[in-house]
Amino acid sequence: MSFSTDPGRTQLSPTRMKKLPILALLLWLCALFYVAIFLFVSGFLLVRLEVNRTSTCGDVLLPGGREHGDFCQGQPRFRRAVLLIIDALKIDFARFDPANKEPRPFENKLPVLEEMTSSKPSHARLFPFRADPPTTTMQRIKGFTTGSLPTFIDMGNNFASSAILEDNLVHQLGEVGKRVVFMGDDTWESLFPKKFHRSLPFPSFNVKDLHTVDNGILQHLYNTMVGDDWDVLLAHFLGVDHCGHRFGPDHPAMAEKLTQMDEVIRSVVDRLQDDTLLVVMGDHGMTDTGDHGGESQRETDAAIFLYSPSPLFPEPSSQSDPEVVPQTDLVPTLALLLGIPIPYSSVGQVLLPLFPAHRHTAGAPAGLSQAEALWINAKQVNRFLETYSSMAKDIPPDSLSRLQADFSRLSSEYLSMVNEGRLPSPELVASLQRYLTSVRDTCRATWARFNPAKMAAGIAVLACACVLCYVLSEMSSALVREPRLLRAPLLTAAAVGVCVVAGQLVVQGYAEGSWCLAAAALSSEVLVLWRTRQTRKSNAAEGRGWLTLPDFFMTPAFLVLLLRCASLLSDSYVIAEGRVVTFLLFSLSLYIPFRLNWDGFLVPPVHDPLKHAGLLPSPGLSPSAVRRESAAVLAGLGLLVASLYLSLSFHGCREEQGSCQPSPFLWPLSRVQDSRVKNLHYVLSLASLGAWSYTLRRWLRHYGNLNSPGVAVFTARWILPLLSVCLGLHWAVAATPDDSFRNLAELIALGQRALPMAAFALLGLGLALLSLDPLTVFIKTRAAAPVRSSASPPPPRYRASTGISPQAELHHLIPQLYQRMRRSLEEGEPARVPEGEGRPAVEAYGLGTVYSAPLVLLVGLLGLGLLLLHPEGMALSFLLMMLEMGAMLQIHASSVTLNNQQGARLDGFAVSWTPLVLWSLASTQFFHATGHLPTFPSIQWAAAFVGFPGGHTGTMLPATLVTLNTFASHILFAVACPLLLFWPLVCEVRGGRGGRGGGEDGDDNAIMEMRLREVPQQFSSALLQLSIRYLFISGAQVFASVCAAAILRRHLMVWKVFAPKLMFEASGFLVSSVFVLVGVTLVMRVDVAVGRWFQRLLPDVSR
Amino acid sequence: MCRHQANIPDLTMWDQEIRQMASSHAIMASGVFMATVVPAVLVPGFSVYGTHLLWLYSVAGSVTVVNITLFWLLGVSPPTKKNTLNYKVSRLVRSCLYLLLSCLFFHTVVVLYGAPLLETALETFSLAVLLTSLTTLRCVCVLGPNVQAWIRVFSRHGAMSVWDTSLQMVVGCSIVGAWLGAFPIPLDWDRPWQVWPVSCSLGSVIGYLTGLVVAPAWIHWHRKQLTYKSK
Repeated sequence: MSFSTDPGRTQLSPTRMKKLPILALLLWLCALFYVAIFLFVSGFLLVRLEVNRTSTCGDVLLPGGREHGDFCQGQPRFRRAVLLIIDALKIDFARFDPANKEPRPFENKLPVLEEMTSSKPSHARLFPFRADPPTTTMQRIKGFTTGSLPTFIDMGNNFASSAILEDNLVHQLGEVGKRVVFMGDDTWESLFPKKFHRSLPFPSFNVKDLHTVDNGILQHLYNTMVGDDWDVLLAHFLGVDHCGHRFGPDHPAMAEKLTQMDEVIRSVVDRLQDDTLLVVMGDHGMTDTGDHGGESQRETDAAIFLYSPSPLFPEPSSQSDPEVVPQTDLVPTLALLLGIPIPYSSVGQVLLPLFPAHRHTAGAPAGLSQAEALWINAKQVNRFLETYSSMAKDIPPDSLSRLQADFSRLSSEYLSMVNEGRLPSPELVASLQRYLTSVRDTCRATWARFNPAKMAAGIAVLACACVLCYVLSEMSSALVREPRLLRAPLLTAAAVGVCVVAGQLVVQGYAEGSWCLAAAALSSEVLVLWRTRQTRKSNAAEGRGWLTLPDFFMTPAFLVLLLRCASLLSDSYVIAEGRVVTFLLFSLSLYIPFRLNWDGFLVPPVHDPLKHAGLLPSPGLSPSAVRRESAAVLAGLGLLVASLYLSLSFHGCREEQGSCQPSPFLWPLSRVQDSRVKNLHYVLSLASLGAWSYTLRRWLRHYGNLNSPGVAVFTARWILPLLSVCLGLHWAVAATPDDSFRNLAELIALGQRALPMAAFALLGLGLALLSLDPLTVFIKTRAAAPVRSSASPPPPRYRASTGISPQAELHHLIPQLYQRMRRSLEEGEPARVPEGEGRPAVEAYGLGTVYSAPLVLLVGLLGLGLLLLHPEGMALSFLLMMLEMGAMLQIHASSVTLNNQQGARLDGFAVSWTPLVLWSLASTQFFHATGHLPTFPSIQWAAAFVGFPGGHTGTMLPATLVTLNTFASHILFAVACPLLLFWPLVCEVRGGRGGRGGGEDGDDNAIMEMRLREVPQQFSSALLQLSIRYLFISGAQVFASVCAAAILRRHLMVWKVFAPKLMFEASGFLVSSVFVLVGVTLVMRVDVAVGRWFQRLLPDVSR
Repeated sequence: MCRHQANIPDLTMWDQEIRQMASSHAIMASGVFMATVVPAVLVPGFSVYGTHLLWLYSVAGSVTVVNITLFWLLGVSPPTKKNTLNYKVSRLVRSCLYLLLSCLFFHTVVVLYGAPLLETALETFSLAVLLTSLTTLRCVCVLGPNVQAWIRVFSRHGAMSVWDTSLQMVVGCSIVGAWLGAFPIPLDWDRPWQVWPVSCSLGSVIGYLTGLVVAPAWIHWHRKQLTYKSK
């Protein structure tokens, strides 16, 4: 090895930590994972192919006798229509049960529907209206205007909805010259830009705002209806949905909102004219907590209410009425009732009760008969099917040919009947219906299209990346020694990528980015693997061969990781993930003391003559030290287990978990109605917040990191407490109910905006200061001489400060760096100070924790910032998270000490797999214990409004806030990851104080993290190894969920369980990897700062 | 080589001990078997899943009785220093106390592993009793009521006789079995054996039986490598 082992020399020697190569290597590894995830996801989550053709009046031809040149010229059944869309109008809200004497807030609040249906059965009817998942508003609007089935990938577009390009109702209405007036949710405006005759959009993103959209509509609705400036009126009310999001359905506010809707419907009905159709509908339902997005029946079953002053339903309500109306059926029905062509891509089926069984000659607006409507419908669907199957090959050929055969049979049957002048038989109507239903089912089944080649490429790159991570982590020291090892393979890989681009350009004429990335990533992986193999071979003397099974694969840590990965392949385990991870974490942490005991390290060895005779080397730690460390392990274990168990009470519930009650801490305080419970929660949260800040300060103070005048210490002393105060005040303000303190309303509104803003600003300032100067070391230069002889007798390992404060006397630890410094001075001037005399020239407070202090501070600041984005009750969970981190670090540190008691460290500072697997599992565990779940409905959207109660203009900021909220625990654990490297060093002082036996000289014990400074090569390699191992563990989990999604892509649960899990796991990996890099960068920043500090210091002292 | 030769007389003794162990393990296994079969004949409506707690108590009881009898007959437990009645009574009391504490300990651990705290407390405690009878009881029988010795026995160089080695294996297998038994619980198969605590108690009993089979076999296989230090 190239570095010197003389500690005095290394401080001045040019051997430094290799920073850029390490960061570059880590970045490259992360990039490999990103490429793999991108490839797989782009193959797995494909958008349904959109058919950009539109129906025209010319092509909907009726067969037989009535030779209309143009379908649209005919007299439509209704001239005008009013569509009232009440967002999240669940069928339960619309039903009226007169027997229910004590209705809950959402029951029996819309009596108008029941009154109309019972008093005028041929004018009005109410049906359940089943949406297709995903039940998010934008997808639903797309669905019930185009009549098609939106796919999973669209879900991400919910807050950046772009114009609908497929043929749709609004477009068709515009084509025939109907004037569409729209008012309400501004999502429509972005979906149908410039399509409306008149449009009154209102902002929809602010979920907390129950009234703006509704009141805006009501201001204009009645005036518009009375006027004659419209043909189709669309009004989209958002209040009910926002009320659900904010308070849940079971809240007085919901009753208020529904009653308001009842009045709206009454007023609209009063103003209807005979030629007008009224449709009142919900776009989706909601769960019992008021959320939606998934596919449970509560979320999919909305209500649809149809009414017209003129008789609407030719037949009385009967058995043949559909029990449930699928949402796609609205499009063809409305189109035929209003006399416009059915949009091209619609796969819906007309709602038969609205059409007469046979054409009446008497009635004035005759309209189409059932058979005719179905025939037009079937023809349109068949045409779409033909177009679609010529563009994409994803509909299975056998079902396609079956459907086409069905259609040709039905069409010849129908045409012959019409030509013969007979009335179409009911059987034909039924079989037309069956045909339409089976088309829709076929489409529904096949529109999860995959690109197997890309998926396979993604899996291959991901698998190689995992293997590579493992291999590289095993040879990190070689990597640090020869950072150029990887340059040639990487350059070659880049060249391969360029070659593929060129090849594609030559062959296809265009280049596809994903394949070039895949080629480059895969070739770089293969080349590097080959290269490392060569290195391994040449270093054969170093250890085992390349292909022998390494130790890691036989350890319980690996077993636990394997079980964790295997659990991702089963939907039951993914559903119970929170508990599964806790179980595994608990098992692995119990294994640590067991293993220590098995190796005989946990209890001090009995005084045994045999051992002294040479069977075992003499122990390095005194029995009392062993007992203390064992007690530390067990205490840490107790703390870990306690926080694990308590954290279980913060879990949310998936819809699949039947009897599960979500944690009461998940409700924001403003939703809690009982004021005692509210106060209790608030006090509990404040106490946790206080404990969080106090513990951090206490730790920093204990290790002497609160003395220096630097900016980092300023952050710790002032910004951290201020941030907590801001947080506490913010919770108090946010918890005030809307209707109380009316006179303070403005102040409260100001507080809701200003306090989080102040917190964000403080956080930003703290992070900036921390990165500016992360040093927390305080230097105290001593005037020389007289004290020294009295101080010398036992070489002091701790030194209390002399003159800062009496408290500091007790708590401030001073690692005795002066010895080192003195030696390095001696090198220059050997004559001045005689060897062996412990004169403290310089005392440095907090030098022993110079690396970990900024990291701890960063974790503390980030934790508070992320807590701001969570519901108040989560403060307790965050505190538990910190305690658990501390417990794991303590266990790790003590077990390292116990394991090393036989002698010096054999493997440098390497962090073994067990604590890392624990660390990674804990990040998943706290993902669940902060109320998150790997499902889309459980995303805590409220986080986007912290500090922005008025909503946002862009989408970047809210997306960032929601991401930070969702992956809070991933972020904290990833940033804190390097602490695993430092903690054993921070804690080693206690082992030293207990009297390390034998040869080492006293002052070696107290230098803590300065040990790392002395051997920069080992430090770099340990840091690199730690990060790569962490990446490997997270990457293996991503790999498992990718495999789950790929293998089970036709599984019943794929869109409900595996695909969301994959998205969350992949995003979690992205966030984790970024923050691992942040943590590593901070450590390197500190290293640079320490280097400068030494350079500044040494001339001072020698003067 | 030298040690090998020196151990030759030992080996025959060992063979004898191993045979003794194998037969006693066979008796213990048959005890478990009988505890399942006999109530099935005598008690109407008895089944392992349906009347699970009854089966569990019957197994725990039979294991307890068989263990105590066998180890008392074999005289494996360490020789007592004093032979007074007083001392014997205090040992007995301490043994009972430790068994009770062990039940509470297992109960706590199982709850921490995720068993419901209140709803199924009886089931959880029954499982704790079963685990105690499979593990702690054997510790008491082999090592006496001596926690230090228990801790010592579960270390690499801690076994001081074939019985200690078999204790390591039987206890380890029982606990690993109970641990593995928790795995099927979250699955949505709706089988009767997924009900708490059926899979865990079945797992621990199967683990125990495995341990009973594996221990003598392993010791027999490795008898040449095994060396025990004297106390």
